Amino acid sequence: MNAKILETENLTVSFDGLKALNQLNFSMDAGELRVVIGPNGAGKTTFLDVITGKVQPTRGRVIFKGRNLRRFKEHQIARLGIGRKFQTPRVYLNLTCWENLEIASNRNKNTFSTLFHSPSSAEKKSIQVLLETIGLASKAYVKAAFLSHGEKQRLEIGMLVAQSPDLLLVDEPVAGLTDEETYNIGELLLALSHSHSILVIEHDMEFVRQIARKVTVLHEGSVLCEGTIEEVQKDPRVIEVYLGQQKE
Amino acid sequence: MKKKTRKLLLIEVGVVAAIAVVLILIMPAILSQFRLNLLGRFLSLAIVALGIDLIWGFTGLLSLGHGIFFGLGGYAIAMYLKLQVPPGELPDFMQLYGITELLWFWQPFYSFPFAVICVVLIPAILAGLLGYLVFRNQIRGVYFSILTQAATIVFFNFFNGQQKLFNGTNGLIDFTTLFGAKVSDAKTQFVFYSLTVVFLVITYAVCRYLTSGRFGRVLIAIRDDESRLRFTGYNPTEFKVLVFAISGAIAGIAGAFYTLQSGSVSPRAMDIAFSIEMVIWVAVGGRATLIGAILGTLIVNYARTFLSEQFAEFWLFFQGALFLLVVTVIPDGLVGWLRNQKIPLLRNSTPIATYPSLETDPQLQHERQNLRN
Repeated sequence: MNAKILETENLTVSFDGLKALNQLNFSMDAGELRVVIGPNGAGKTTFLDVITGKVQPTRGRVIFKGRNLRRFKEHQIARLGIGRKFQTPRVYLNLTCWENLEIASNRNKNTFSTLFHSPSSAEKKSIQVLLETIGLASKAYVKAAFLSHGEKQRLEIGMLVAQSPDLLLVDEPVAGLTDEETYNIGELLLALSHSHSILVIEHDMEFVRQIARKVTVLHEGSVLCEGTIEEVQKDPRVIEVYLGQQKE
Repeated sequence: MKKKTRKLLLIEVGVVAAIAVVLILIMPAILSQFRLNLLGRFLSLAIVALGIDLIWGFTGLLSLGHGIFFGLGGYAIAMYLKLQVPPGELPDFMQLYGITELLWFWQPFYSFPFAVICVVLIPAILAGLLGYLVFRNQIRGVYFSILTQAATIVFFNFFNGQQKLFNGTNGLIDFTTLFGAKVSDAKTQFVFYSLTVVFLVITYAVCRYLTSGRFGRVLIAIRDDESRLRFTGYNPTEFKVLVFAISGAIAGIAGAFYTLQSGSVSPRAMDIAFSIEMVIWVAVGGRATLIGAILGTLIVNYARTFLSEQFAEFWLFFQGALFLLVVTVIPDGLVGWLRNQKIPLLRNSTPIATYPSLETDPQLQHERQNLRN
């Protein structure tokens, strides 16, 4: 078996000649928690778009568990075991927390099995456990529209987990959160990393320090350097393109 | 929680059954033949409104082409009725246009079961096909509406132009007998009326079933954020095609009952204005409420009858004003508005607790129990 859960080979995406990703070679092991950082416009979100099938690569390949993802559509990629959390929390506002998780946790997402099979008691139990994990048990029957920003972030992470993917792609999970909420999300991700491979994209260096073991720095669509947070922070190239621009 | 839901469901079943009994047993006694026929027609229009609510209110696809499916259902049953002629003879209009032999696609309509299956299946298949072509390419929002409207024009012109096939503008009229009974007879009409009520109840039940479980929540998720759903592993196209086909079938059934009670079907059923009117009924009653679709249909159509009897020329102005009023003042429609007014029966079965932690706080529970009175 291939121990790499995700690899990209010479991945290039260009929009009207502008290269959002340029010859990107990236790989991560199964079970790894990886943080990708990079200045604005480095191609971080495009990177996730390509993995999840939202954007087709101009050149190169994305390989997930040894499979080339090019032929697959978004929902098929999700079914292969890749879950994605968006930059701004995207939960279904008119549904309750419970219902949001119920949709994500459905094992067989075909039309007819969704129609004729109601959630099993085991599924209900796991939704309940999940609600407690993300700290929303008391708001199970509250419409997501009434949740705070931080709660929505947690709910969306919960939806990812409910989907039980092998690889979680998390795009800026702590944008717009208070320090305490940020810390909680960090702990949540660390707890999840025991059972999932997680790729986090983040700007917040404090947060990166909290969770990161290995950091990849993207710059102008390719990997600038890779290593532990200390190594990365010492790297002169990184300081030049990224950390040097930080206000903190 | 579960017990309460079940109790509410039982109440709902009871209320629906009671209304159905009132409609079938009491209404015929107090309404004149003409008024009863009118009510029957409106109830069949309520069936198509349920279909619109399913596709628009829940799934968020504004179809301006349900007139097609409605019309096709009407034509399917009307073709059977037009073939109730002595053996060897052709329907009257065919003789008029000098056709000597029955066209091939009319042939199977001698069979009643075939016609009934066509009432449901032809609109469903057409809707499914149209839906597949449109949704597969991720055409959404206003483009979908425009496409359905374009399809309506195509069908209107086809049925309007084919005099030899479908009697053109006049449509299929003058039905004589059905199973040996005179179609225009009061007793036959009462059977049609009762069947309309029964099918309205069945359609309502089907729609309730579709929208209450996880399937219904997926539909709402499609309406609210389709691409998010795709990244969760669902294929929204399948769901939309299925719902559009079901919605089309519902419209076909409605068209058949309407045709039986109005005694005619013509290309006017495929007029764009008619399809838009259907949407207005649902908007007035309240989107994504089901019951609102039925109420909206009855209210608007009775208003139309009343106003056009009183002031013949003004109905269209009233209709426009009504639509504007609903959109600007009560965007959730009548039922949505009433729900917001906290009228207990209409409220959602799951209460929205803004501070649910208070509800589970043992201290507070204790205080409530012991400090009350």
